[in-house]
Amino acid sequence: MMKQVTLNIDNKWVTVPEGITVLEASKTAGINIPTLCFLKEINEVGACRMCMVEADGKVQASCVYPVADGMVVKTNTPKIRDMRKVILELILANHNSSCTICVRNNSCELQALSKDLNMTEELFEREFSHNIDDLSPSIVRDDSRCINCGRCANICNNIQKVGVLGFVHRSDRTKVGTVYDKPLAELSCINCGQCIVNCPVGALREKDNTEAVWEALADSKKYVVVQTAPAVRAGLGEEFGYAMGTSVTGKMVAALRRLGFEKVFDTDFAADVTIMEEGTELLNRIGNGGILPMITSCSPGWIKYCEHNYPELLGNLSTCKSPQNMMGALLKSHYARMVGVKPEDMVVVSIMPCTAKKFEVQRDELEVDGLRDVDISITTRELARMIKEARIEFTMLEDEAFDPYYGDSTGAAVIFGATGGVMEAALRTVADILTKQDLQSIEYNQVRGIEGIKEASIQVTEDLTVKVAVAHGGANIKKLMSRIKNGEAEYHFVEIMACPGGCVNGGGQPIVSDKIKMEVDVRTERAKALYQEDSQVLTLRKSHENPSVKRLYEEFLQEPNSHKSHKLLHTHYQER
Amino acid sequence: MNQVHYITELFEKYDGRNIDGYLKNGGFDSLKLLLSNGIEKTVGEISASGLQGRGGAAYPTGRKLKQAREAKGERKFVVCNADEGEPGTFKDRELLKRNIFQVIEGMIIAGICSDAKEGIIYVREEYKNLHDDIIKAINKCYEKKFLGVNLLNSGVDFDLKLFSGAGAYVCGEGFAMCESMEGKSGRPRSKPPYVKQEGFLNMPTLVINTETLSAIVSIIKKGADSFKRYGTEKSSGTKLVSISGRVNQPGVYEVPFGVTVRELVEHFGGGIKDNAKGNFVQIGGASGGILPEKLWDTKYTYENLESRGMSIGSGAIVVADETNDIVKYLKVVQEFFRHESCGKCTPCREGNRQMKVIFDKMIDKTVAEKDFYRLDVVLNIMKNASLCGSGKTEVDPFITAKMYFPEAFTIKEVRIEFPGNDEEEEAV
Repeated sequence: MMKQVTLNIDNKWVTVPEGITVLEASKTAGINIPTLCFLKEINEVGACRMCMVEADGKVQASCVYPVADGMVVKTNTPKIRDMRKVILELILANHNSSCTICVRNNSCELQALSKDLNMTEELFEREFSHNIDDLSPSIVRDDSRCINCGRCANICNNIQKVGVLGFVHRSDRTKVGTVYDKPLAELSCINCGQCIVNCPVGALREKDNTEAVWEALADSKKYVVVQTAPAVRAGLGEEFGYAMGTSVTGKMVAALRRLGFEKVFDTDFAADVTIMEEGTELLNRIGNGGILPMITSCSPGWIKYCEHNYPELLGNLSTCKSPQNMMGALLKSHYARMVGVKPEDMVVVSIMPCTAKKFEVQRDELEVDGLRDVDISITTRELARMIKEARIEFTMLEDEAFDPYYGDSTGAAVIFGATGGVMEAALRTVADILTKQDLQSIEYNQVRGIEGIKEASIQVTEDLTVKVAVAHGGANIKKLMSRIKNGEAEYHFVEIMACPGGCVNGGGQPIVSDKIKMEVDVRTERAKALYQEDSQVLTLRKSHENPSVKRLYEEFLQEPNSHKSHKLLHTHYQER
Repeated sequence: MNQVHYITELFEKYDGRNIDGYLKNGGFDSLKLLLSNGIEKTVGEISASGLQGRGGAAYPTGRKLKQAREAKGERKFVVCNADEGEPGTFKDRELLKRNIFQVIEGMIIAGICSDAKEGIIYVREEYKNLHDDIIKAINKCYEKKFLGVNLLNSGVDFDLKLFSGAGAYVCGEGFAMCESMEGKSGRPRSKPPYVKQEGFLNMPTLVINTETLSAIVSIIKKGADSFKRYGTEKSSGTKLVSISGRVNQPGVYEVPFGVTVRELVEHFGGGIKDNAKGNFVQIGGASGGILPEKLWDTKYTYENLESRGMSIGSGAIVVADETNDIVKYLKVVQEFFRHESCGKCTPCREGNRQMKVIFDKMIDKTVAEKDFYRLDVVLNIMKNASLCGSGKTEVDPFITAKMYFPEAFTIKEVRIEFPGNDEEEEAV
């Protein structure tokens, strides 16, 4: 057992484990010390000085100051309260405080603190940068709102190992910047958006594409359909006051119909198709001595990461398009013909937990016969904004179901949204195919959970033990990839997701404040909604059992990896 | 009163570059004494001398060595702080130039006493004219077996190299220096853990000032009592001061603690130029306090200066005369810190931004009562809430100036703006 220490916080004695910080210990005394730059396990630098307390009479930054036995902490003296306000004043003096036109209005940690700390006057003259980088299809950086907390830079460098953001210059010229001040669009940014979801203010945001969606919806000549990724239903509710991990599938579908979409489809359908295509590709590679390990290609952040950092391993990537783009390509070919709509009149909108999807839909190669697979990709957050702007009372909506055929899916597809989900879905199908059985033991717990790198060996038949690995988040990816590159590990199949925790924690998901992140693990909580839907809501849990997928192959694609499949559903990659 | 030559004894006795000259004058005798007397006795002698760190923090050197020895780590480092970035300070330059072997000997001794096998001399980039000579001196010491594996057949190993800073003031701070050596921007880390526990490469690191190292060598050779003959009870020994500004004889002088500031200016510094009247001195560098002429009879000791709200700091004495305006002087100091703040923590980054606004107004004489209130707010937050020692001390000149020159921080005249009343037109 860990050694305990007892300390006094605001006249209350608390006993806590040795080694934790005064900030953490104060929670147990019922004190919520204000923080700004602090982000648990990610940015613990003590730079903003907002969390100051008096510990044994000395001013300390509680987010980095460890507890000690007998320590006396005062968090609420006049001196401390005054100093916190001055820190806030100093930050605000250099911050564009036009909150009413800020994307983070009401989810801004600086705004919330200003309210909590009772700020009523401007002590200093306001002056801030007006530099904006909006050249990336995914991410907008607005220096006018940046408070130099460094969370984004730390995420980018240490958690994602992308390393395009960092502090440049010094003193009052200090800013978060890029190499030679280049726009993100010209750098090896993978568009994952982890910087956005960890920014306390509105300095980072997604490139907003909602206007394009409104325009399409208002165009009577267009047939506008929408698809929603699995993780969206696990996050969207948070924007409307639901507890984290609440699945809001039915209300989401209803809201999309109220917004005016012709058809509301589920990207999960395409996820089931992905399993058919990718599973078959894997079995072919194993059977024909193809390049192994085969690595998943669903995560556009990961694809770009691989193109920048591991060009020599591009042959390991599955040639499958991501479910988003498979869906688009199928909708504009098969579905359009089926319902008698001209493909060029169809607009495919995707709702994604992801900012990298915005980049993906623009990739040159992701089109068929001159038509983009997907026309507009918006994030979970953008959808929430559209619902609010349309004045739809989300919580009052009655559940509705996806439109049939392209809205039909299985439990295998819905778990795509959590790390390990694609792997588990693939194993469910591959094992059935190889054993020619309908296996009942389908929960592959070895690949579930938020462990950075997960490995499993699954004996499928007497002759074949499938070796798999799963990694999520750049730092883990880097570790796993260097093992693969150096031939230190032999796998058949590897699942990689750019974001820590997979899509549920994607860069397009609702923003969770640092305070909540101290208490709960967003990755785990949201994933619960998906696993619950898999095990309790959906009756079919294997992709190859999806009757609509079977029908698609029978009436259109013929078989997985067919000529038609290759034309519509597979792609190639490029060194960057 | 003459200057003493306790630490600087060999300045005139050899050219500072020739190891044979150093050896002829008792060079490396202290190292040999350490090897024969043992670490405990040697560190005990340093403790008994009352030597305090000469970089500015004034931490007792004996205690520091003892703590360094107790620190546990796979690797341990000792770093000579020769960053000497404090404006008005140039005494380490003299030690590096005129007696580099004594600094190296000090490093070997500090290494052995703290059980560190690797040493680094962190020299400021601006001293690049000295870099080659320092490297040559290190190589000479390797040749003569004072460095390397099993030095002097003692069974002890110690390696030494030079590392050049890149010009940032804040890299004189221990953690910023570690970051710099690791190839990162020089930005201090928060404490704890301390540099002595997890410094360079997150290993225990003893950062020690050039002058302190030189003093260690002299004290071991001559004994603690010889050192304590100089100075006062609380400020033991001698100090190298760098005197500059409006004096006739600017330069580095070794003085015993306890002389008065007036003696430093008038005797060692040779008096004020052009027979002007003294106005104030800034003591201890750009982050040091401002002492007005009327208080120049204050004794130059840690304890006496503390009572005036300032400290010895790096040993800099910058002298200003009646022609030097306090506000303009402070404006230059403020510009320096605004340029050199690393920008990591809010108080120092934003405080310097706001101070620039206020001082610009003071120079322009457009300052308002509210600006002085703002200044107080900024000084207070920087002093109390900055992340590192630099942010905490760089307000000292302003705080002391406010204390001793309150009239400079009040609105003296009402400036009425008329169109066409600016100075350019007046000049025509």
